[in-house]
Amino acid sequence: MGDQVLKGEGDVSLKRAATRRKVLDGLVPVIASIGVFVAIAFLVSLLLYVVVTGAGRLTPTLITDYPSANPREAGMRSATLGSVFTVGLAGLICIPLSIATAVYLNEYAGNKWWSQVLRYNIANLAGVPSIVFGVVGLGFLVYGLGLGRSIIAGAFTLAILTLPYVTVVCVEALRAVPDDQRLGAYALGATTFEVVRYIVLPRAMPMMLTGGILGISRALGEAAPILVISGLLFIREDPTSLLSEFTVIPLQLYSWISRPQVAFQQLAAAGIIVLLAILLALNSLAIYLRQRFYRRLEAG
Amino acid sequence: MNEDTAMNTLEMVTSGRVEEAVEQRTAFDDAIIQVRGLSVRYNARYAIKDISIDFGRNQITAIIGPSGCGKSTLLRSLNRMNDLVPGAVVEGKVLYRGIDVYSKEVDPVALRSRIGMVFQRPNPFPMSIFDNVAFGLRVNGIKLSKDELYRKVKEALEKAALWEEVKDRLDAHAYSLSGGQQQRLCIARALAVEPEVLLLDEPTVSLDPISTAKIEELLISIKKDYTIIIVTHNMLQAARVSDYTAVMMPDENLVGRLIEFGPTKEVFTRPRDRRTEAYIAGRIG
Repeated sequence: MGDQVLKGEGDVSLKRAATRRKVLDGLVPVIASIGVFVAIAFLVSLLLYVVVTGAGRLTPTLITDYPSANPREAGMRSATLGSVFTVGLAGLICIPLSIATAVYLNEYAGNKWWSQVLRYNIANLAGVPSIVFGVVGLGFLVYGLGLGRSIIAGAFTLAILTLPYVTVVCVEALRAVPDDQRLGAYALGATTFEVVRYIVLPRAMPMMLTGGILGISRALGEAAPILVISGLLFIREDPTSLLSEFTVIPLQLYSWISRPQVAFQQLAAAGIIVLLAILLALNSLAIYLRQRFYRRLEAG
Repeated sequence: MNEDTAMNTLEMVTSGRVEEAVEQRTAFDDAIIQVRGLSVRYNARYAIKDISIDFGRNQITAIIGPSGCGKSTLLRSLNRMNDLVPGAVVEGKVLYRGIDVYSKEVDPVALRSRIGMVFQRPNPFPMSIFDNVAFGLRVNGIKLSKDELYRKVKEALEKAALWEEVKDRLDAHAYSLSGGQQQRLCIARALAVEPEVLLLDEPTVSLDPISTAKIEELLISIKKDYTIIIVTHNMLQAARVSDYTAVMMPDENLVGRLIEFGPTKEVFTRPRDRRTEAYIAGRIG
């Protein structure tokens, strides 16, 4: 019966056959997916190691206690607060600034040569190693402006560090707004500001916020520039002002990891779990915001 | 009145078509937009060259011609939407009520609230039906009470023949409307600002025949209040709705030229230019 189906009128054959191109077609996805599996295997083994090592030490005291020379009493309270303040402040500085820059570049500057130059430069800045930003922050903010090794200096450094990336995403978000929306508003006698305010920004906002949140999560994981700004500190008090000294979670982890005792290794692993959990939460928030905005936009 | 039209009129009179000549004259004396020697180029490439044409008040003028003949460019240069195209340069004059719209003192934003525009594909904003229509009123800074705003929105939707279909769901999202309804919403949105001239750039090209017919009907019904200029691919549409027809055609350098302009009936039955005749007969384009 199968043969009857496969042999059509006038000897038309649709039978499957293992020709060279068919084999190749079947092989390509196998080869292409190797990379994915390598990445996933690496990630899973890392997670497993961290969880197995650190789970026992994952208690609330981890983030409520100050660091200590005794691993059983040590926590990362000051580092957590430092991270929250510097990264939060960095987000507050970076996101509005990035949106403004992107709006200027995409909606006002047009295709003039210098706006092109600016655009390329910003894209290049996004690839500059973060330690460089740390050194600039140290020279300009800590010494130049006399801010000292303070939270505000750290926040500005992180803000400048994430600014290029977030700006690039924001420009992309603006470019993704269909032009017919802008033209429609212009044709009704709207000014560029009104077009941006009422038509372009609402549509671009979800992608911009997503970019902002991803920028923040990058800043949260940065150790190098903060190491330059704040130094490796052992802080046993809460920050009282923007000029307080500070440390951040990645630095605390670094200082624990560099100690020989097993108990500190476990402490570091537990800290990594906390950091990963925060990153995961931030990324989930980005996805949630995007979905929510799009639903509002598309279906009403 | 420029030389060309004078010549054409003369030709009509001498060829015994006096009635039409008179009719055309009246329309021209009442021109709301006069285009004189208009050329538009994008960087170095001319899209249209040396176009002179008058658009009569409360008339529907159709601009027809094959793809790439510069119809849309001509239309967009009337309310300075071309300003938004990078590299676009306009030469020549466009006079709206005698004002040179490209003079430095003219505010393009103000011009566009007098000369509205509807685009090829419906482009409602991602907001409610009501807010779409109210958008133009709000941005133009017209302070209205809630009742007045509602009345204006209702009026615009009625003119756009959409009110009956949406009156119970003004708060519904604009994207819940069909394509034809969305395009009528865009027309309502443009009318709400109370412009004098309405430019339509192939407004029915993405719509089905029934929606197209509705839009054509509504255009005819509002022409007593507005001057309408419609770019269309569709010659039958031009024949159905317009009082005057302009025919554009790319020349040997692919630069758009105005080759014929006159009362629609005449352009379709007794075209003066052989290319118009060929185009209408379907031999070009």
